Amino acid sequence: MRVPILKQSQYVIASIQSALSDEELLQLRDDLARDVGKHRSRGVIIDVTVLDVMDSFAVRTLRAIAHMIRLRGAQTVIVGIQPEVAFAMVQLGLTLEDITTALDLEEGLACLNQQAAAGARHVQ
Amino acid sequence: MTTDLRSRAAEIKHTDADATAALLRELVAHLRKNRTQLREEWARRITESKLLMAMTREEIFAEATSVYDNYVEVLETGSVEALQAYARNLSERIIPRGVETHEVLGIVLLLRDVLARSLFKKYQADFGLLNAVLDAYEPAANRIANTVAVGFVQERERIIRQQQEAIRELSTPVLQVRDRLLILPIIGVIDSLRARQLTEQLLRGIRANRAKVVVVDITGVPSVDATVANHLVQTVDASRLMGANVIVTGLSSEIAQTLVTIGVDLSKINAVGDLQGGIEEAERLLGYSVTMPEPKPGEVKA
Repeated sequence: MRVPILKQSQYVIASIQSALSDEELLQLRDDLARDVGKHRSRGVIIDVTVLDVMDSFAVRTLRAIAHMIRLRGAQTVIVGIQPEVAFAMVQLGLTLEDITTALDLEEGLACLNQQAAAGARHVQ
Repeated sequence: MTTDLRSRAAEIKHTDADATAALLRELVAHLRKNRTQLREEWARRITESKLLMAMTREEIFAEATSVYDNYVEVLETGSVEALQAYARNLSERIIPRGVETHEVLGIVLLLRDVLARSLFKKYQADFGLLNAVLDAYEPAANRIANTVAVGFVQERERIIRQQQEAIRELSTPVLQVRDRLLILPIIGVIDSLRARQLTEQLLRGIRANRAKVVVVDITGVPSVDATVANHLVQTVDASRLMGANVIVTGLSSEIAQTLVTIGVDLSKINAVGDLQGGIEEAERLLGYSVTMPEPKPGEVKA
């Protein structure tokens, strides 16, 4: 199943609905990179609440997505990593160091708004 | 001589169960008849060997009486169940008073010796009969000693397990001090199991309280080694994946020195001197500002 990508004002939200195969992850990557440009978005939120496992390929792809989005001029926030998943990821050494994470969708939006506010002040 | 002994042993081995039972019956009757005297002898030898020093003479005598009666009963019925229950009960009572395993085993072995002596005395005239009686007595006596010792050790292990469980549950609170601010005070030694539990509890606490900042206070941790430090780093990383900032406080100078010497990568750890400083830093991150109220006119400023 293709991950639905929703536009919400100046952000796009990719809400993962079920466990994803490797192909579906790559599809998500391509879709997001395209949609960020199409909607001229400032930020991307990837919601992984439903995932109860994240293997190294998934983490690597998420990281690649975040880097691509940054090159396309937007910020990425990954939200909804579950406690068990977080613990397993850390034990495998998959810590997503340079990527912003937040508790849930609401937090992720707050995080992007904060960054946007900081950026706006900067421009002034 | 040797062949004689051997044939005799074989003969005894072949003694049928009835004969053993009859001997045990006779034994029990003997022990019942001399109950007062043997019991006193036993209590005297317990005191002499300086066993059960934690208990008074009267207590020792009272326990000795019930152990004696139970002992004779096992010899009579051959069933150790009642004794097992009694041993458990006895252990429950005496463990909190600091009675050691060697003492419990010691008194049971003393009783075995006291009874054996009385048997020697009674049957000294007839060596063959003495042998047969001891053949019946010894396995039963050993089984009793075993039962009591195993019961005592099992009870002790049960208490230890229970206490470990209690310590584990007591020592890992995750406390919310302000909206979205959690404190995790760690007290005592951290091993791998506990570190894992701490992390799991903290991560669940972050989700349940929607925490943004966590202050981990390790003032109460006596020492830190590479493993514990890595656990700390893992906890920080995992919390960050869930969108929470971790501030570590209470790193003593010794621990700081150890960590630097070991070479743990602490670049990811946001450390603040003490718990107060940590909470202040957390409040700053959350955008709180704590101010003293203006003193009312006439009030002395604190």
